[in-house]
Amino acid sequence: MAARLGLRLVALFYLAAILVAPLGLVCYRTCAHDAGAAWAALHAHATVHAFRVTLVAVAIAVPVNAVFGVVCALAIVRGRFPGRGFLNAFVDLPLALSPVVVGAALLLLYGRNGWLPGVHVLFSLRGIVLATTFVSLPFVAREVVPTLREIGDEQEQAAHTLGASGWQTFWRVTLPSIRWAVVYGVVLTTARCLGEYGAVAVVSGNIEGRTQTATLAVQDAYENLDRAGAYAISLALALGAVLVLVAMSLVRPREARS
Amino acid sequence: MSIAIRDVTKRFGSFAALDGVSVDVATGSLTALLGPSGSGKSTLLRVIAGLEMPDSGSVAIADEDVTRRSPQDRGVGFVFQHYAAFKHMTVWENVAFGLKIRHRPRVEVRARVAELLALVQLEGLERRYPAQLSGGQRQRMGLARALAVDPHVLLLDEPFGALDARVRTELRAWLRRLHDETRTTTVIVTHDQEEAMEVADEVVVMNRGRIEQAAGPRDLYERPANEFVMSFVGQVNRIGDAFVRPHDLELVLDAGASTREAMVQRIVHLGFEVQVELVRDDGAPLSVRLTRDEEERLELVRGDIVHVRPIRATTFS
Amino acid sequence: MVVALPIAALVWSSTKGGGSGFWAAVSSPEAVAALKLTLAVAALAALTNALLGTITAWVLIRDDFRGKPIVNAAIDLPFALPTIVAGLLLLTFYGPRSPVGVDAAYTRTAIWLALLFVTLPFVVRTVQPVLIELDVEMEEAARSLGARPLVVFRRIVLPNILPGILSGLTLAFARAVGEIGSLVLVSGNLPYRTEVASVFIFNQLQSGNPHGAAAVAVVLLAISFAVLLGVGGLRRRATRHDCGR
Repeated sequence: MAARLGLRLVALFYLAAILVAPLGLVCYRTCAHDAGAAWAALHAHATVHAFRVTLVAVAIAVPVNAVFGVVCALAIVRGRFPGRGFLNAFVDLPLALSPVVVGAALLLLYGRNGWLPGVHVLFSLRGIVLATTFVSLPFVAREVVPTLREIGDEQEQAAHTLGASGWQTFWRVTLPSIRWAVVYGVVLTTARCLGEYGAVAVVSGNIEGRTQTATLAVQDAYENLDRAGAYAISLALALGAVLVLVAMSLVRPREARS
Repeated sequence: MSIAIRDVTKRFGSFAALDGVSVDVATGSLTALLGPSGSGKSTLLRVIAGLEMPDSGSVAIADEDVTRRSPQDRGVGFVFQHYAAFKHMTVWENVAFGLKIRHRPRVEVRARVAELLALVQLEGLERRYPAQLSGGQRQRMGLARALAVDPHVLLLDEPFGALDARVRTELRAWLRRLHDETRTTTVIVTHDQEEAMEVADEVVVMNRGRIEQAAGPRDLYERPANEFVMSFVGQVNRIGDAFVRPHDLELVLDAGASTREAMVQRIVHLGFEVQVELVRDDGAPLSVRLTRDEEERLELVRGDIVHVRPIRATTFS
Repeated sequence: MVVALPIAALVWSSTKGGGSGFWAAVSSPEAVAALKLTLAVAALAALTNALLGTITAWVLIRDDFRGKPIVNAAIDLPFALPTIVAGLLLLTFYGPRSPVGVDAAYTRTAIWLALLFVTLPFVVRTVQPVLIELDVEMEEAARSLGARPLVVFRRIVLPNILPGILSGLTLAFARAVGEIGSLVLVSGNLPYRTEVASVFIFNQLQSGNPHGAAAVAVVLLAISFAVLLGVGGLRRRATRHDCGR
């Protein structure tokens, strides 16, 4: 049918124009023309440090949010306390916020004239980690909550009748049944942490070699007319994104099955 | 409007759903396509409707070749097993749909919908949504919707399959009455031989993409073309090469000419009739149907040894 | 500790100058221009993606072609890719050295393109499950009743996928309103021309005006909330005919 082919072409053309072509072009231009400069930029001290900062933020934010996400999900689905709906909304909050708003909020809390001026958070790694943790908060919880709801608590009830303690039940029954949801949530959280820009830009002071993340380094390089450097870091991050996509496609069917 | 199917073949991958099928449906008749799952009966119905295109062969409605025509242009009404109700529209809007898209004047639409809702006994439910109706009501709505556009041919795909037994029986009788009134050429697909025999003028028995026999219910029962038809259309006892109906087996207490010995296993009281299940001396199971009176006279008890003789047997070459 | 306190501090700070201070910050010409631009382009991008995203979802569910699983996975690229990288990619393709001769750098079109990228997955992912659930027999019934393909789409398919489209649209809008990473490079951040609200807030923070920034930030916050509450309400209304037995 002509209509079917037409629609297919529209969809594929749109995706190509917005997603594929720009990425392909940058890949091509960097690898074909600026490969040498790009490679050098990746090895520059500042760049390596920027990646290190990003990875530290990821290494802290992801496990924290994974644990927090599971705990929250359990509280939301299985808990019996007033304000459960509130907790649910709270967990979703970071998704609704512009990263700049998040950064502004942190600035106002921990800044010189803020509520907690003594706590040294801004313009340091601590601030970056805090901001990154904030924005990537919801993902694990949001994946685990529907899974927990669907599974129901019959298995856990069975475990209790068989004499399992709360911790044993969680470790041996609950956790295995939600593990793919947790993994998927972790993948999404990692992607979000790697890609964070707005909140970190406000909170870090963007000091090269000290408090610059990989994303901030991209902007810095571009604004300093180091196009090859900007592309190089971008492609490295894009590679990470593709790996994330692959992980997502692998885990999604497993999550759906459980 | 008659339907003529000639040599229709339809494959799904390597599976032949229909294999050179030819059948005629007379104008104004109610024909049942009967067969087990996978026999191709639903596929044949969908080919008639134009919802599937045959790989080869032809379909003609009212002597016009419609083989390559879209379903929109065939003048067929289709009723689905799971109702296919437009769940975002009210009952009224569902039934009016065919007329609305033909841009009929509002007055005509209103009159026709009211007439149909009365016909299917759904008056008063115009503003309900399908989710608020029972299964039987939804199916009646489906029928009204299909009839609204005055189809040449009405096609029903296991229309009562998703309903419970009592509703099924009621709707079966109701469909027959409706057909007698409207006289629209109707084809109904079913796997329930009782339904086919009860409702249809002509029954087409299908198996594995082929037609085994097409005949009236009585002929089908008394003069089956082969073993498959005979066993599908009613219970059957196999004695050597011969096939005997349960009520064609005579049961006596004393041995006689051409009787065989058998032991009573189970006596099932089915209201007017009694089904006696026996095991023959060589281990073969037998099923005999007696009237209540006959059974009472024999005073059968589990474990009794009796003698059976076929009154009428059928063999196939 | 991580969430509530900072937000509370933000809201409190925005009221630092009192009601009049808040109002002054929010109604300054630059702030108003930034907010208007943000809302307008975000709405346009969300609507564009509502249309193209629905088509994409349709093709991914109903059509079949080689490489479809890869295309399906690629939809999530905007979720996975850092926004600043997205901005850089778009700037390269649709900027001064564009291979297709389209130079939209530092224009409102560039903002629209960046927001298209960032919100692309939303409508696709909300419409896909609705399309999967859709009963194909309803469409067959409509065809058997004489409805042409376009009529079938308009009267049968569309009403049933509309809740999915609407929720994807509102999520996309909420996302677009707060976007910053992809816009920083691409829009040029020219005040009154291509400066969006998020960039305005950032600039205010940099120039040492945190309370003004907080005020506008609270406005953005309120918009996001309103939109998200709206999603829930719209869904409930649109699916009312699904309740009952």
